[in-house]
Amino acid sequence: MEKMVNVFLFGKKYEVPASLTIMTAMEYAGYQLVRGCGCRNGFCGACATIYRIKGDKELKACLACQTQVEDNMYVATLPFFPLVKQVYDIEKVTPSQQIMMQLYPEIYACIGCNACTKSCTQDLNVMQYIAYAQRGDHEKCAEESFDCVMCGVCSSRCPAGISHPQVAELSRRIYGKYIAPETQHLLDRVKEIEDGKYVELIETLMNKPIEELKELYNNREIEK
Amino acid sequence: MYKYTQEQLDSMKKVEATRQERLNNLFARMSADEKQKVLKENHPDYIDSAYEELKVGPNKGGKVLHELADLLQGRSRVLDMDLDLTKPDYDVDVLVIGGGGSGSCAAIEADNAGAKVMMVTKLRIGDANTMMAEGGIQAADKPNDSPAIHYLDAFGGGHFAAKPELLYKLVNDAPDCIKWLNELGVMFDKDKDGTMITTHGGGTSRKRMHACKDYSGAEIMRTLRDEVLNRGIPVVDFTSAIELIKDVEGKVAGAVLLNMETKEIKIARAKTVVIATGGAGRLHYQGFPTSNHYGATADGLVLGYRAGAKLLYADTLQYHPTGVAEPTQIFGALVTEKVRSLGAQLVNKDGEAFVYSLETRDVTASSIIRECRQRDNGIKTTDGEGVWLDTPMIEMIGGEGTIEKRIPAMLRMFGKYGIDIRKEPILVYPTLHYQNGGLDISADGMTTNVPNLFVAGEAVGGIHGRNRLMGNSLLDIIVFGRNAGKSVGKVYKNVELKELTLDHVKAFDKELKDAGLNPTKLSPQLLPNYTIQKDI
Repeated sequence: MEKMVNVFLFGKKYEVPASLTIMTAMEYAGYQLVRGCGCRNGFCGACATIYRIKGDKELKACLACQTQVEDNMYVATLPFFPLVKQVYDIEKVTPSQQIMMQLYPEIYACIGCNACTKSCTQDLNVMQYIAYAQRGDHEKCAEESFDCVMCGVCSSRCPAGISHPQVAELSRRIYGKYIAPETQHLLDRVKEIEDGKYVELIETLMNKPIEELKELYNNREIEK
Repeated sequence: MYKYTQEQLDSMKKVEATRQERLNNLFARMSADEKQKVLKENHPDYIDSAYEELKVGPNKGGKVLHELADLLQGRSRVLDMDLDLTKPDYDVDVLVIGGGGSGSCAAIEADNAGAKVMMVTKLRIGDANTMMAEGGIQAADKPNDSPAIHYLDAFGGGHFAAKPELLYKLVNDAPDCIKWLNELGVMFDKDKDGTMITTHGGGTSRKRMHACKDYSGAEIMRTLRDEVLNRGIPVVDFTSAIELIKDVEGKVAGAVLLNMETKEIKIARAKTVVIATGGAGRLHYQGFPTSNHYGATADGLVLGYRAGAKLLYADTLQYHPTGVAEPTQIFGALVTEKVRSLGAQLVNKDGEAFVYSLETRDVTASSIIRECRQRDNGIKTTDGEGVWLDTPMIEMIGGEGTIEKRIPAMLRMFGKYGIDIRKEPILVYPTLHYQNGGLDISADGMTTNVPNLFVAGEAVGGIHGRNRLMGNSLLDIIVFGRNAGKSVGKVYKNVELKELTLDHVKAFDKELKDAGLNPTKLSPQLLPNYTIQKDI
């Protein structure tokens, strides 16, 4: 007999197999999900969830698809949170501190409570990446925030009203476009293709009979 | 520490014992004949009983899996509706159906061309397989590589079945797409001098796999999403397309939309339509678990098929060699091929390697199935069986810290269940991953026989042939998403729509009845149902 536990979905008690995740427990209970379910693999941030184990003071946050149920778990999903996303033109922003002051001035109202970091479903150091953003250190903000799935739990816990995931997104794009070193071999290759350098080579291949292509494929040199 | 069974623990010890020796003596690659044999005997595509013949539609007489046949020949929701098509709720130049990578790229390029664009997606923008692509994206941009070498790798890897004009476009546009993404701000893994850090994937002859750690797809998708939002392109979310609309001349002319929550119906009139609905993993073909996102239910194939568009290679699916076999909570989730690119080997219950780690995906998956079913060398798991993927080898080759730096998502995913992949191997088994086939298109992205209906991304068939190489899917959604966007950006200017109609849906229904089919199953499916309750 499979071990069962009690979970409280939006306060209502259900008995579910202990091996389930919060997401599959909801489905086991009979919820046909539309909201709060996306990739089911921990990458999309659709299934942000807040829970408390009965008797425990601490409020915890997680992704429902990546978290196993526990006995006496009280669950509330957070399928949407009103993050503020400022609109900008990536071609016109500058990799500066000013851009943060212009678009997301509320980050300077951070009171250092660290609730964002404590609630992060990816265990990121959220408050630290906001500190980097305040200083206009886009490289460090981008690096520190890289694994963010933009679920929004951090923002739901923030007394200063910061939309952390959107701040980090801006820093990452600025870093990727303006600060990361340019790739010369990529630019060279794109130029060669524009000049039509490979057209003949590929067309020759396309026009070969399949048997000849098989020979070429099966005997091609493979980089170590 | 994860609670492995005693049998699993004993087997794991054998894996540890042979690790050093396996590191020094790589398993040999298979010959062409050996590959053919392992595929024929083990690959799910070769199981005849899983397939049936289509009785109606453009591919009548062709074979597809039962689950897809049920939907292609299912009952349209609009047959029971009384719809007024003369007063559309939306009137646009370009309607993009699907909120993943290819849909976003198409929307951005159509917007560049000055078109009035609208995206509809049944979940949110970014809830898509693009978001979950981990390992990387191919492009021949290194000096020792060329688009021609990329072409041969992909053509051979796809069993010489790709449509040459599409594959040409894929490889030749690849470097420009990397440049485009880089300029949008995607953070590729680079050395200090800007050189891309690239690795092999299964079946590549050059190291051309570009990556953003093992969040490659997520990094690309969130950047594209941010760009779509910056441009103010309307995204109608939690809304599915349940049928394409045509005009009386037979051109595609929009779609019937369904609000997934309120069930409200809206009519979208559009001069051009791009189907960018992605794959079909959530149909769980042949009972396989899947690495796909929640909405991967082949909707676009059904919409297109009913509107008269042809399918190409809809009978061929990709089973990714390494889905999670244990723990059960993440059963079927993807373990990126990059784990093998970085040096992890596949090992059986006795600690023996049984296949070269980077054969093409179909060959590797078939070898794992053979090892378990034919040779009884698998390890029992909660949900079935699996083989070991020896992850600690990665740090023996790349040095301490390699795993945290290069595949942090994998470290995190297993870490949540007390498994440290730096120190212990993991259990894997093939998982349903990718729809090799789809709607048939020309190089401009338009379907071959329905005017103004375009397709991009995983819903397209023929780009890769009958098997796809790692890293060519992220590439194809960018190349063919942008391509479709540029094409519709030109085409819409010369489109004059006539009266809208759903007569093709009625005609298809009549065809079904004439063929003796009287389906009750509604299609497209829209979402899987994982609840155990029955409808009351």
